[in-house]
Amino acid sequence: MQRKQNSIKLSALFVLALLFLFMATAAAAAMADPSTSLTNIFAPQSTSAKSIFDLSLFVLVITGIIFVVVFTLLVYSIVKFRGKAVDAGREPAQVYGSTQIELAWTIIPILIVVVLFLATARVLHAVQDAPQPPGAIEVTAIGHQYWWEFRYPKLGIVTANELHIPVSDPANPTPTFLTLLSADTDHSFWIPELAGKTDLIPNHPNRMWMDPQRTGIFLGQCAQYCGVQHAKMLLRVSVDSPEDFATWVRAQQQLATQDEGVVAGRRIFETTACINCHTLRGTVANGQFGPDLTHLMSRATIASGAAQNTTDNLRIWIQSPDVIKPGSLMPAMKLSTADLDSVVSYMQTLR
Amino acid sequence: MSSDAIVVPNVEFTSRPWVDTLHEWLTTVDHKRLGILYIVYALLFLVVAGVEALVIRIQLMHSHNNFVSPQVFNRLFTMHGTTMVFFMGMPILFGFANYLVPLMIGARDMAFPRLNAFSFWLSVLGGFLFYFSLVGANGLYGAGNAPDVGWWAYAPLTARAFSPGHSTDYWTLALLVSGFGSIGTAINIIATILCMRCPGMKLTRMPLLAWLNLVMAGMVLISVSPLSAAQIMLVIDRYLGGHFFDAQAGGSAVLWMHFFWIFGHPEVYILIIPCFAFMSEIIPVFSRKPIFGYPVMVAATVCIGFVSMSVWAHHMFSVGMNSYANSFFTLTTMAVGVPTGIKIFNWLGTMWGGRIQLKVPMLFCIAFLFQFLIAGLTGVMLGSAAFASQLTLSYFVVAHFHYTLVGGVVVAVFAAIYYWYPKITGRMLNETLGKWHFWLFVIGFHLTFDLMHVPGLLGMPRRIYTYEPGRGWDTLNLLSSVGAFIQAIGILLFVVNLLISYFKGDKAGNDPWDAWTLEWSVSSPPPVYNFASVPVVASRRPLWDLKHPEDPDSRYE
Repeated sequence: MQRKQNSIKLSALFVLALLFLFMATAAAAAMADPSTSLTNIFAPQSTSAKSIFDLSLFVLVITGIIFVVVFTLLVYSIVKFRGKAVDAGREPAQVYGSTQIELAWTIIPILIVVVLFLATARVLHAVQDAPQPPGAIEVTAIGHQYWWEFRYPKLGIVTANELHIPVSDPANPTPTFLTLLSADTDHSFWIPELAGKTDLIPNHPNRMWMDPQRTGIFLGQCAQYCGVQHAKMLLRVSVDSPEDFATWVRAQQQLATQDEGVVAGRRIFETTACINCHTLRGTVANGQFGPDLTHLMSRATIASGAAQNTTDNLRIWIQSPDVIKPGSLMPAMKLSTADLDSVVSYMQTLR
Repeated sequence: MSSDAIVVPNVEFTSRPWVDTLHEWLTTVDHKRLGILYIVYALLFLVVAGVEALVIRIQLMHSHNNFVSPQVFNRLFTMHGTTMVFFMGMPILFGFANYLVPLMIGARDMAFPRLNAFSFWLSVLGGFLFYFSLVGANGLYGAGNAPDVGWWAYAPLTARAFSPGHSTDYWTLALLVSGFGSIGTAINIIATILCMRCPGMKLTRMPLLAWLNLVMAGMVLISVSPLSAAQIMLVIDRYLGGHFFDAQAGGSAVLWMHFFWIFGHPEVYILIIPCFAFMSEIIPVFSRKPIFGYPVMVAATVCIGFVSMSVWAHHMFSVGMNSYANSFFTLTTMAVGVPTGIKIFNWLGTMWGGRIQLKVPMLFCIAFLFQFLIAGLTGVMLGSAAFASQLTLSYFVVAHFHYTLVGGVVVAVFAAIYYWYPKITGRMLNETLGKWHFWLFVIGFHLTFDLMHVPGLLGMPRRIYTYEPGRGWDTLNLLSSVGAFIQAIGILLFVVNLLISYFKGDKAGNDPWDAWTLEWSVSSPPPVYNFASVPVVASRRPLWDLKHPEDPDSRYE
């Protein structure tokens, strides 16, 4: 009997410890220094992410209170109303119910539901129906299996996988408004610290916005299963100061660099199947199937974040992409070593 | 309601050839035999899908792991989800409904015994077709294999352009076929409950298990049809030139989502409502009190049945519906939490003031209450569309629904098996092994799924075969994987218990738990005809009235 009492206390203690561990981890995650995890939904850096974060705290407090109350009652009832040997054979009072209690625990939850609904509706309207201010940057994001195409229609820029947007000053906002499209299957654009996720669905344009409040690199990835390499469809957003952003825009607006030292590599590129899929603005290459490579070297990663943008990785990606991203739609180009060297040297001039 | 043994004259008894026994089981139309077949079938798939889960967890133990290829991983999570929902969850709950409903309402069998058998064998065909895809799905160029499109099979990933070969077709056909089996069983349950209750058993005197299976069956009838329709439309798209979901030709990917989730959300309530039924039968017996608030429990369940039909688009909060639609589905999703919460309070009210016996079935019930409370609260978080725009499609959702399905459905099924195994087999399951099973499973469950919420909060999306280091996901995933193996050991002990107790368990007798519903009035196992004479009842707890003639329920109802 004593052992049974102890095992109850132990189990309640254990459950409480687990609960504490869970809440401590969640709290730690909530207060995490942004540089330790760059994808923490509790470290918002934009207005929309912040309003979602504030709502989430409200919801967490209410659900936390409900949990503590019900859990305490549950543990109390198990401990207090445990059957003892001395009572064997006698049944407790056979209570069928209580209308007042039923009313109480119906009406209070309904009120909680109404409050949570109203709080949510307010945030939904603020985020989804926000008007586009005149200073907004417009980006069209097109999802592909397994990379991101980014177009800035008003600026004449086409790039891939790594997005540059300006930081937004609350006094003079310059948010980025994205139109989300897809060329094939469903994808989802998710940068946790900048916004809730929105899907890219073919034949169903979507719209979202981000107004980052500080500069830096923000990470994310595709959140809707889109095929074999869904896991490696990574996102990298560089939030720049207005000056840096203007510099980046000007550089991206230039045509592809024509470096005389790598003419051999350029010739190979332009006479091989490369140009069927890739665009280099200002050259004959105008393929639409794969990423625009005009300013490839302005990007820190290749293959939508699957590898760092280094000489070795470029060689591997061109020659045997399955080593980096098996199942991606980049074909193995099967170039000779000399041709491969030339092409990679050429690619590395495309700043 | 007597179970007087029929006296068998002294004759020679030779054992029957095993072929005869096999034939009897294969051609049975007896609801008890079919119930056992459903349950065994589902437990086999529990093990298969469980192994799939273990392989997934090994792959996710650390970042950039390559235990399995991305192609194999994508098939694994598709097979795991589809198997657990359609070939484990549905069959095991239909099995219990089949076994218990006629016994609890004083009937001889289900209303349509042959339809019953037909429905079971359709389910078996579905499961077989689904796993046959591993060898049969090739199509031209060896393109196909097991399905790898996720258990929701979103369009246009399922179009022939993006899923060549026949893997998607096996997914479609297997579920179409087993869906028809589900509809057959639902018709049977409804007809049995409405038409075959014994004298005196008004609807308001029926055990809650019967009520809840009635609601579940109604939901099956309404919700399986949209899935079947969508699957037929998908076959038309893939082979007959249709473009329902073909976005390249003006079709709608979102249309598939609506069709699927109009099925998919009621489906998860179809899975949990029979588990609520188990709670409503077991908790009173081990608290030694009647269920608190029987009429409210019935009303709340019917309410859940209706409201759950209106919440489906909370699975689509990231799809880009306008703010009014998102607000509407927020409201309905939160609203369905109210009757569900009321049920939890009523079970608490049943335990309150009782004399609780912590036998193994009750241990699993308590775990259910605790875990379903948490699952419901994370459900409220996911129901808020704005909060959900961060949480959806991440490991937070994966943790939430495993909390409801493993912490809810599987745990409730364990409770039901420990409670009714004595009735079905005539032997008690071993209590010590049961406690080991319980603690190992619950500790492993919490290690895996409590921690799993955090990577979701830290930005980890679902359905990824690997992940990047440096995002704070590694340690949490490792610990989750360790927990999975602890659960597996618990299940191993459970299987050992089932097998050993069948041969060596203590004899159960008619009524080992001192319970109050009609199935405990017959022998264990029951005779093939269930009741020697049709029972007549005057209250919700006919055996309480017999055991306590000085204070029967019939005086108060």
